[in-house]
Amino acid sequence: MSKQLLLGDESIAQAALDAGISGVYAYPGTPSTEITEYIQNSPLNGERKIHNRWCTNEKTAMEASLGMSFVGKRALVCMKHVGMNVAADSFINSAVTGVNGGLIVVAADDPSMHSSQNEQDSRFYGDFALVPIFEPGNQQEAYDMTYGGFEFSEKIGEPVIMRMVTRLAHSRSGVEFKSLKPQNEVSFGEDPRQFVLLPAIARKRYKILLGKQEAMIKASEESIYNRYIDGPNKKLGIIACGIGYNYLMENNPNGCEYPVLKIGQYPLPKKQLMKLCNECKEILVIEDGQPFVEKKIQGYLSIGIKVRGRLDGTFPQDGELTPDSVAKALGKENKRNFDMPDIVEMRPPALCQGCGHRDMYTVLTEVLKKEYPSHKVFGDIGCYTLGAGAPFFAINSCVDMGASITMAKGAADGGLYPSVAVIGDSTFTHSGMTGLLDCVNEKADVTIIISDNETTAMTGGQDSAGTGKIEAICTGIGVDPKHIRVVIPLKKNYDEMKKILREEIQYHGVSVIIPRRECIQTLARKNRKK
Amino acid sequence: MKKDIILSGVGGQGILSIATVIGKAALKEGLYLKQAEVHGMSQRGGDVQSNLRLSDKPIASDLISIGKCDLIISLEPMEALRYLPYLSKDGWLVTSETPLINIPNYPDQTKLMDTIDKLPHKIVLDVDNVAKEVGSTRVANIVLLGATIPFLGMNYQLIQESIKNIFQRKGDAIVELNLKALAAGKGIAEKLIQ
Ligand SMILES: Cc1ncc(C[n+]2csc(CCOP(=O)(O)OP(=O)(O)O)c2C)c(N)n1
Repeated sequence: MSKQLLLGDESIAQAALDAGISGVYAYPGTPSTEITEYIQNSPLNGERKIHNRWCTNEKTAMEASLGMSFVGKRALVCMKHVGMNVAADSFINSAVTGVNGGLIVVAADDPSMHSSQNEQDSRFYGDFALVPIFEPGNQQEAYDMTYGGFEFSEKIGEPVIMRMVTRLAHSRSGVEFKSLKPQNEVSFGEDPRQFVLLPAIARKRYKILLGKQEAMIKASEESIYNRYIDGPNKKLGIIACGIGYNYLMENNPNGCEYPVLKIGQYPLPKKQLMKLCNECKEILVIEDGQPFVEKKIQGYLSIGIKVRGRLDGTFPQDGELTPDSVAKALGKENKRNFDMPDIVEMRPPALCQGCGHRDMYTVLTEVLKKEYPSHKVFGDIGCYTLGAGAPFFAINSCVDMGASITMAKGAADGGLYPSVAVIGDSTFTHSGMTGLLDCVNEKADVTIIISDNETTAMTGGQDSAGTGKIEAICTGIGVDPKHIRVVIPLKKNYDEMKKILREEIQYHGVSVIIPRRECIQTLARKNRKK
Repeated sequence: MKKDIILSGVGGQGILSIATVIGKAALKEGLYLKQAEVHGMSQRGGDVQSNLRLSDKPIASDLISIGKCDLIISLEPMEALRYLPYLSKDGWLVTSETPLINIPNYPDQTKLMDTIDKLPHKIVLDVDNVAKEVGSTRVANIVLLGATIPFLGMNYQLIQESIKNIFQRKGDAIVELNLKALAAGKGIAEKLIQ
């Protein structure tokens, strides 16, 4: 079969389809979003009734996939790295329950924070949960590891992590497909109590998980994704993980003089590591993200072999790996022929012209800055986070999804007035609803603005779980309907919007203002389709 | 054959449409290809770039190294300059001359053009105007692509085929329009390097 040009993300999606999944469960998040979108657009999902709708958040996605695995079917869960924090409770416990149908958890990391608020490395989650991790170095490996990963997951009875990084997720290359497998039939595990994590059972299950560790290491030692490539110069031994191997080879087009251990599967293969450390004087670790392997090899006290990497300054501690940083580590620094001229300015992203969030911020800043100088605005994550920049400079925080409402509450508890939260519709249903209940139960003096563009815009306009239900959710949670105010964020409505804002700030209880107007990007897309 | 290309512009300008045409042609020719794209936050009017690598041998890295880029193709003049550290000594820069001003501190335009003028190998053209003359400003990207033909190291016919392939479903008139845009860009570049 000829090769198809696919993104790293799309390679995972295609492989999951070919491996016979019965469902993908995900909440959007860069750089993982394209996996689910590819499956949504595949003709196969109709024929095979593959679940592919977006979930409300990463935790609901993780749990639903575990349910699918419970009945013996293969499932894929996808999220960006910070989504792992949201899914962590169910993810960590899924390692203790183990799985029935094959389960792959894609965690897409974002070194350099191209579209994120931190650089956490999901390999630590795999280590923490005691489950295997695959780390592809190229699009074909992303395909092959996913295709084979389901069977591997079934064989060891554990979920496995597929760790992606932005550069691979969003890079295209030719990929060869394997044959389409049938979907699993419904089946249940041998142990009917496997998923009942009462302490007495959990203790047994945990021992089983611990007992599997040797087998996982052995699988890594025998894995085709962990390769020892010998070299004549033993002064240095190189451990190159995932796409780190590409950058190593980019700088050594005719082969590397040092022995290289290419890593694509964890837990780390002991046998090959031992060989490398016994034969070489010094170790260089090339890994994208945080110094995960480096820390393991070096140990806290650094009393073994000398290890170079991010901790000793060979690489910077932050930011993604590049062919240039690897060149430098190898003593082959790439030279510039031209510098970037001083006149080149930064061009940060901004809210689109015509976006409803703009009208909301115009009104909000006009009223608050002039009339309530003691105010603070707690922001959240989405397009509207761009209200932090010019010309609005409107928000004082952006931490994690949902944090606007709860931080506003905590600040109000501490005496702040007015305490205002700005949150998007998708973020509200993702993890703002529970915080709103806290506010209602304590009659917190907060003004919550749910800026509803009826989509998940920041990540490209996916369906938003609460569309059409926001007022009903707020009423259901217990917000007084008199203080749920819907407005259309347009210039002609500025006076009305200001009046409502003043009234709700002056009301000393929970108010929700919902400026609602469809995202101009999704609207334009709909019009083009027509 | 090896070509390392950086495409640059501002989110929303559609630099990836140029990459798609070159990519399709490269695959037809049986070349290896890697194309790193930018998705996500910066697509909202921020600076965007794509690294497109073509070779007749397998390609290791998805990213181009500093000082080794053969060609910068830019839909915006200031964005063209952002990636100069990547340009090789003999590399070419092909850029649209029309600034997209969505920041308050956009540089002085005369200074900007002077800076580009000082580069040894560059093609600067008014893609929007050329596109308008050809028939529609919508084909500005293809005019720019046409201007890179002398430096692409790929058969012109292959690029034409690729355009036919991609725009086929939109009808013959659209295919013709794009081919004309391509030829117009090519003509300008050829004249400029004479
Ligand atoms: C835990 C977590 N999951 C996913 C994301 C990625 N993400 C950032 S903003 C966003 C969408 C926000 O949608 P909405 O709140 O409706 O605001 P909009 O962008 O539409 O204005 C998503 C999914 C994230 N940052 N954190």
